[in-house]
Amino acid sequence: MRLLIIEDDRDAADYLVKAFREVGHVADKAADGEEGLGLALEGQYDVLIIDRMLPKLDGLAVIGTLRHKGMETPALILSALGQVDDRVKGLRAGGDDYLPKPYSFAELLARVEVLARRRVGRAEDMVYRVGDLRLDRLSHSVNRGDSEIVLQPREFRLLEYLMKHAGQVVTRTMLLENVWDYHFDPQTNVIDVHISRLRSKIDKGFARPLLHTVRGAGYMIRDGTR
Amino acid sequence: MTALGKLVRTTAFKLTLVYLTVFALFAVLLLGYFAWNTRRLITEQITETVDAEITGLSEQYRQGGIRRLVLIVDNRSRRPGSSLYLVTTSSGEGLAGNVGSLAPGVLDKAGWIETAYRRLDESEDAEHQALARVFQLPGGFRLLVGRDLEERERLHDIIVSAGRWSIAIVVVLGLSGGFFVTRRVLKRIDAMTGTTQRIMSGDLTGRLPIAGTGDEIDRLAGNLNTMLERIEALMHGLKEVSDNIAHDLKTPLTRLRNRCEEALRTARVEADYRSALETTIDESDRLIQTFNALLMIARTESGQGREEMTEFDAAEIARDVGELYEPLADEKGLSLRVEAPAPARLTGNRDLVSQALANLVDNAIKYARHEEPGAANGEIVVAARGEGNGIELAVSDHGPGIPAGDRGRVVERFVRLEKSRSEPGSGLGLSLAAAVAHLHGGALTFEDNEPGLRAVITLPRSGPQRTPQLAS
Repeated sequence: MRLLIIEDDRDAADYLVKAFREVGHVADKAADGEEGLGLALEGQYDVLIIDRMLPKLDGLAVIGTLRHKGMETPALILSALGQVDDRVKGLRAGGDDYLPKPYSFAELLARVEVLARRRVGRAEDMVYRVGDLRLDRLSHSVNRGDSEIVLQPREFRLLEYLMKHAGQVVTRTMLLENVWDYHFDPQTNVIDVHISRLRSKIDKGFARPLLHTVRGAGYMIRDGTR
Repeated sequence: MTALGKLVRTTAFKLTLVYLTVFALFAVLLLGYFAWNTRRLITEQITETVDAEITGLSEQYRQGGIRRLVLIVDNRSRRPGSSLYLVTTSSGEGLAGNVGSLAPGVLDKAGWIETAYRRLDESEDAEHQALARVFQLPGGFRLLVGRDLEERERLHDIIVSAGRWSIAIVVVLGLSGGFFVTRRVLKRIDAMTGTTQRIMSGDLTGRLPIAGTGDEIDRLAGNLNTMLERIEALMHGLKEVSDNIAHDLKTPLTRLRNRCEEALRTARVEADYRSALETTIDESDRLIQTFNALLMIARTESGQGREEMTEFDAAEIARDVGELYEPLADEKGLSLRVEAPAPARLTGNRDLVSQALANLVDNAIKYARHEEPGAANGEIVVAARGEGNGIELAVSDHGPGIPAGDRGRVVERFVRLEKSRSEPGSGLGLSLAAAVAHLHGGALTFEDNEPGLRAVITLPRSGPQRTPQLAS
């Protein structure tokens, strides 16, 4: 995966470039909005990571210009502001995701990978499969092997989101945002309890667990053998 | 500036002057109109009677000749009153009448004339004004009939002097009234200025004096006082926050630093370093969370989030939040029930209201457990209902509750009651809930759930008013 990091803080940019390279991605950096826009327009990136406040050209303006020119490269906005309406503004300007600073690299990586995969367009799939787990989005039914699994509506949406991003790390915040549509962090980790309930429904009694906890990052659903 | 100069410069005094001028002008116009009309009326009356008399006398002359006329005029002249008569020959020789002398040339003009005259029975220097008409009789005789104008002039004089007096009184009363009112207003304004100067110099406890009359100055002072109270509370809050930040953030920072130092000193193998680093990250995550919460509260209190107001159903929020926390409650051996039978729509910031309610539920789950087992204490109820112009979001538990004396204190930042210090949490959850309620023009209150706590967020349906209600 090829990434462009537009960030004026040199230390932060270097850290990100290094961290992404360590996990096997290619990352370029630009130190201001104009340089970033120029590089992004070349169109060879899978995901753009754009700081909100940049010299020369504001981060939102960079995204606005790209979208205006028909560039649909997914963009994630990094911002020190982090208030609900800042997020809304960022998404309205054409951003695809929003992450307030300070963030953990695990969170950023998970979000960037999801953004990159989104381009494949599996959103149209009506049936998701992971191993012998099968989720039918039309009939709202879930099966594992031969047995049907009965889920509450919210559990269904949780599993649906996890399976849509099967093989990818999904963080607690991402789940809270996408499954519950909440944009705040609850004081207690309520998500963990939901996950363990879901896990007891889909994994209990089966030899091979599918729903995994990724330490320090979040959760991932995948077929263990692959 | 002299005291008088200051007085004269006030708005109240200037207004007094303007009113004074307007009233005086009005009085002059009114009296002038009155005087002019009276004069006209009297003149009209005189001309009418004189005309009638001339008609009558000329008729007598026509019937009885000059002798009869002289007789009648002579007779009438003797009667007391303001009537004037004179009959002369064509050469101007007087035949009968009570006029002693006239201004020269009067008799030569026929018709109406205003003239000076003297009566026959008066001394040489007496002189009056009269309105008279000279009538040419056939045969060369002239008849003059008139009326003395003294009455008219006297009335005129009365009106003029009344006008002078009333203007004088208006001016004197107006000026002294204006002076009095202005001085009173000035005194109050001076008192306010004094207080504001004291406040500006740093004494935030000062309050503007209220006279208790309920007038506009009192209302202004009252509103300013409420504003001052709010500012004082905010300043106090700010001070408290900085104190608390110093305490509550320094503690974990010190711990963080100590752990790192300890790791450097004692760690022997990579696993030791790894675990030290992991704890460090966890600790710094908590710090970040606290900072975020503080920032969020500060922003909410300063009114941000007002831009993203939409209409939504509080019952739905209650169900969603209840659903989010139900597994957590279950895991802790509590049951969580949502009571939101009917839609309760309101305008507000959906995300913030959700978070506020989530914080209350979070708190309830943390503290609802009673130590003694078996007690019927495990139920948390999340309720939403509309009531008139407001909606109520309530979270009730059967936990230890909050003593009545501490209820006001728990919404303050970082305040955690002794019992709860051992629980994880920043002590900011209730502060945020209260800030969200305030942002919407509502309130967060605590009630005794007998036993336990009932935390209630009340919000107006219409959302926050553009200008927050200060005096309430």
